[in-house]
Amino acid sequence: MLLNYIKIAWKVLLRHPFYTFITLFGISLTLTVLMVLTSFLDHLFGSHYPETRRDRSLYIMQMEQRDSSLTSRQSGPMSFKFLTDYAKSLETAERVTICTFVNSSNAYVGSQKIKLNTKFTDADFWHVTQFDFLEGKPYNEQNIANGDYVVVINDDLKKQYFGNTTESVVGKDIDIENIHYKVIGVVKGGPVTRPFTYSDVYFPYTAPKSNYQKSSMRGGYVAIILAKNKADLKTVQDEFQSHISRIPLPGIQEGFKYATLTVKAEPYVENFIGTILDGGPGLATIFFGIIGFVLFMLLGLPAINLVNINVSRIMERASEIGIRKAFGAPVRTLVWQFIVENIFITFIGGAIALVLTAVVIHLINASGWIAYADLTINVNVFLISLVVCLIFGLLSGVLPALRMSKLTIAEALKS
Amino acid sequence: MITLQNIEKVYRTSTIETLALNNINLDIRKGEFVSIMGPSGCGKSTLLNVMGLLDEPSKGTVQLDGQAVTQYRDKELARLRNQKIGFIFQSFHLINDLTVLDNVEIPLLYRSQNGRPRQDYAKDALTKVGLSNRMKHFPKQLSGGQKQRVAIARAIVGNPDIILADEPTGNLDSAMGNEIMNILQQLNDDGATIVMVTHDEQMAKRTHRLIRLFDGTQVL
Repeated sequence: MLLNYIKIAWKVLLRHPFYTFITLFGISLTLTVLMVLTSFLDHLFGSHYPETRRDRSLYIMQMEQRDSSLTSRQSGPMSFKFLTDYAKSLETAERVTICTFVNSSNAYVGSQKIKLNTKFTDADFWHVTQFDFLEGKPYNEQNIANGDYVVVINDDLKKQYFGNTTESVVGKDIDIENIHYKVIGVVKGGPVTRPFTYSDVYFPYTAPKSNYQKSSMRGGYVAIILAKNKADLKTVQDEFQSHISRIPLPGIQEGFKYATLTVKAEPYVENFIGTILDGGPGLATIFFGIIGFVLFMLLGLPAINLVNINVSRIMERASEIGIRKAFGAPVRTLVWQFIVENIFITFIGGAIALVLTAVVIHLINASGWIAYADLTINVNVFLISLVVCLIFGLLSGVLPALRMSKLTIAEALKS
Repeated sequence: MITLQNIEKVYRTSTIETLALNNINLDIRKGEFVSIMGPSGCGKSTLLNVMGLLDEPSKGTVQLDGQAVTQYRDKELARLRNQKIGFIFQSFHLINDLTVLDNVEIPLLYRSQNGRPRQDYAKDALTKVGLSNRMKHFPKQLSGGQKQRVAIARAIVGNPDIILADEPTGNLDSAMGNEIMNILQQLNDDGATIVMVTHDEQMAKRTHRLIRLFDGTQVL
């Protein structure tokens, strides 16, 4: 039966090549956009270099303090001391790293200025993340304790600062903001879309200008907690919240009287969305409204267009519908036949889209539009694309099939 | 086998009402070969459609094997058409995108029949109509007579009790027409009940009984 449906669908496609081209073009283009989007979301939220263990990591990005009337609030990253006291001390975690978010700085090669993204980290940073060291090694607890002026740089900065050399630059000096540092390691850079780990230069947190000694709660630091396994995430979160609940309330911090204090250790996606939705429920409505609108534009409009094409394509086959009904096909079976055919056509479009997506992804990766972009079509992207194809096929097939089912046999046979 | 009681069929549009069938009472008995004749537009095809459960009457009752089927739902009507009735149409109504064999298999698709026996039954039916050498051809590669023979094979593949033929020789020359008529006669001899709409007096004379219609009313 299924083979019969697919045979027919294939013949119908071959019957009108131009019509087929328009249909497949529409489907492929829509699915390409969706697949590239899926790949981009996977790039943003998936476990990729150097955060390959995101699936068992929790991110602490900011604390929020509110006054008793909930009319004013302060929020932002935390101090090194705060995170040491409340996050580093977690017993259920495998490791915890404390680092700054992305800062900026300048270096000079001759008279040419190089704009740098910088990050201060502890030694655990190199264990929680999984950077590829192209040269040298990371700084360790000893370097930090000694207050060594050492840095880890990425391969892009090596090229900019030391030129196109294949020689190792480990042990060479680099001047940043007029301070001499010794390069201790060179890593393969990560994309800018992973701000917890992205940087051109990594300093030990004891390096100048890190402000790690700040004793107040707020500062410039964030943390990544690595759980022993995925199942432990909840336990680690609970322990962290129990630490936070020990902080006496209300309190005063830099002149601000706060009655509530919120700090969350969350998986990356929740952390990311939480940051966007931090503005309250109004912003959440707008955010999800925009997401819904974009999805409707991407999935709904092409589906409606395809519904129109399919209606005329199915009505063209009224005689076949009449024949099948006359020989005993119930309406439900015919509706199913047309849905199967439509899904089959959508999957052909999906296969074309997969090839187009591979090309687009390659172009994005090669364009340098996102530094170190590593968009891929992995199993997740592929499976999500399959589901999208299925939904798209159903959306655009059900309505024409129902319309067809209303045709009376005598009418259908006359056409 | 088929009993029609007080059948009336009215086609309505927003401006006009057309009475296609008026008070038709008929009884088709098992094993009969009945022809229906009448001028164009007198309601012959409509009558055949009502008998074959392809169209609902506006009034009256249709009985199949003693069961009133007028109130049956789509699924039940589809099952009856599939198991009891085979159709032959003037313009063949083959699906051009399918091979001859696939076309003949269509009624069996809706019987949850497995692929291999389904093909065997379809091949048998094609052999009966002398087209075993055209199974992989497409309808467009066949002559009119061959197409009608494929249509007959499709009508008989499910071994139905009743065959309804709407001008089966209407689009064929006389030699081809006779050939088709011979096949129908053979099927009737083998036990099939056949009702045939025709314009051709010679063909009608070869059947057991003739029904004449005029303006939707049975006159003979």
